[in-house]
Amino acid sequence: MTGYNFAYLDEQTKRMIRRALLKAVAIPGHQVPFGSREMPLPYGWGTGGIQVTAAVLGPNDTLKVIDQGADDTTNAVSIRRFFARTAGVATTTRTAEATIIQTRHRIPEQKLHENQIIVYQVPQPEPLSRLESSRIETTRMHGLAEYGLMHVKLYEDITRFGHVSLSYDYPVMVNDRYLMAPSPIPAFDNPKMDMMPALQLFGAGREKRIYAIPPYTKVVSLDFDDHPFRTTRAPHACGLCGATDSYLDEVVTDDRGGRLFVCSDTDHCETHRDVGHVGSEGVAA
Amino acid sequence: MSDETLLSARGLNLHFGTIPALVNVDADLWPGEVLAVVGESGSGKTTLLNVLSGRMAAQSGVVWYRDTAGRIADVHAMPQPSLRALHRSDWGFVQQNPRDNLRMGVTAGGNVGERLMAQGSRHYGDIRAEAIRWLEQVEIDADRVDDLPRTFSGGMLQRLQIARTLVTHPRLVFMDEPTGGLDVSVQARLLDLIRGLVARFGIAAVLVTHDLAVARLLAHRVMVMQRGVVVETGLTDQVLDDPQHPYTQLLVSSVLQA
Ligand SMILES: Nc1ncnc2c1ncn2[C@@H]1O[C@H](COP(=O)(O)OP(=O)(O)O)[C@@H](O)[C@H]1O
Ligand SMILES: [Mg+2]
Repeated sequence: MTGYNFAYLDEQTKRMIRRALLKAVAIPGHQVPFGSREMPLPYGWGTGGIQVTAAVLGPNDTLKVIDQGADDTTNAVSIRRFFARTAGVATTTRTAEATIIQTRHRIPEQKLHENQIIVYQVPQPEPLSRLESSRIETTRMHGLAEYGLMHVKLYEDITRFGHVSLSYDYPVMVNDRYLMAPSPIPAFDNPKMDMMPALQLFGAGREKRIYAIPPYTKVVSLDFDDHPFRTTRAPHACGLCGATDSYLDEVVTDDRGGRLFVCSDTDHCETHRDVGHVGSEGVAA
Repeated sequence: MSDETLLSARGLNLHFGTIPALVNVDADLWPGEVLAVVGESGSGKTTLLNVLSGRMAAQSGVVWYRDTAGRIADVHAMPQPSLRALHRSDWGFVQQNPRDNLRMGVTAGGNVGERLMAQGSRHYGDIRAEAIRWLEQVEIDADRVDDLPRTFSGGMLQRLQIARTLVTHPRLVFMDEPTGGLDVSVQARLLDLIRGLVARFGIAAVLVTHDLAVARLLAHRVMVMQRGVVVETGLTDQVLDDPQHPYTQLLVSSVLQA
């Protein structure tokens, strides 16, 4: 790893990011601006998440990187390789063994614990961005906790579709104070954020924002009393491990219309199979 | 009439460069009273409304508001969150152009329900039922509740704005030329409606209009403004039937000629 500082970023940049992280942890759900750096990866590949991970990573950490729940996508593999190379840290695909988990679009199925940090890659940190384009106005709405507009959006959805039409990046209230975008995780994962023992950090590179949820913080998905927030998943068992409680991806298995529902969390699926579970299409491990 | 005013202003001054928009203006509004501010275009009426409602700062002077608990607040010294909360609950503002206030991409029900949601209502069925009740109050068919305002006529848009404003039962409503820009026949119906609602709910209002007929129909008292100066104030009938100031006499006579 010659030519690079530990974890690629120079120490001064990491200190700047850590200061932003401390502020973010002190004000749960509040977006803190930070001087986002150019990274040797394109935006959308998680430069915000990578910078946050670089700032909190230590030599003794074990890193797991997932993309849509999988450890083996191009994005996940290249980020994992990036830190293995620039920081020499151990990497793993096992949720239970990781001390830091960088993620795009999922929260692992396995419950996270106090000694873990989960870092989310965030494309759009502003939950009101689709409703109000002016950042001055959204900043004021956050400052005064004026979130009526978000409920108008939910009202309109129920009026038009009979239910809230958001299936991912479903807005949450953090610590009864800040409205927050959970990043494009499925609404299925929202309840996992509530009172999570692990520290949750969010990095948006292009939008230059960092935010956080400290351990054991209340996180509530917005809803109406008579239209309560509900999670949905495909009504199937995982074809490989038989799990009926995990979030499923639909995969096309051949060119004759064959389809298979499998766990989107690949580690969860493998762990489940390792202890002997098997789905309709699976072979015992 | 109670001797305790709902809203009072003293010594308001505001110049835009050399243009005097407000010159030593005093104003008082009692609970349940409709006060019309009349005068030609450019006389300072809208500016006065904006300053009274805290939306614009004067260069000198003070505006007091007495809240539901009887506490008196200096409107321009209030913290921003308190003033905004007041605008969302106890107060309402009806614009001349309803499009400036309505969300054109949101259904009629969503528009009327917004203030309820902003105040913390979290029951979809209740919000919708209340929205329908208010649409009926302003004579819009209940079956329009899920329609977008862009399918509404000008008069309906103005009535929708009124429903959206009154849904939280404000004690005080500021109205800027609420019937301006509408056909005469539509105006008459809207004026009747406003008069009925204001009386039924005991709403106090400051109503800006250049149209003395509107003032006569709706207002208990009028203030006449000329180049930022209040030249005459009094009971509506007295001022309009027996104007004392030459400028008021001119205004009244030009109406008679019209
Ligand atoms: N923001 C502003 N900047 C400069 N001049 C203004 C502004 N607002 C109003 N004025 C001027 O102040 C005077 C009073 O305006 P306004 O209160 O809108 O009158 P009215 O509502 O009676 O027509 C007018 O001469 C107007 O041109
Ligand atoms: Mg005006």
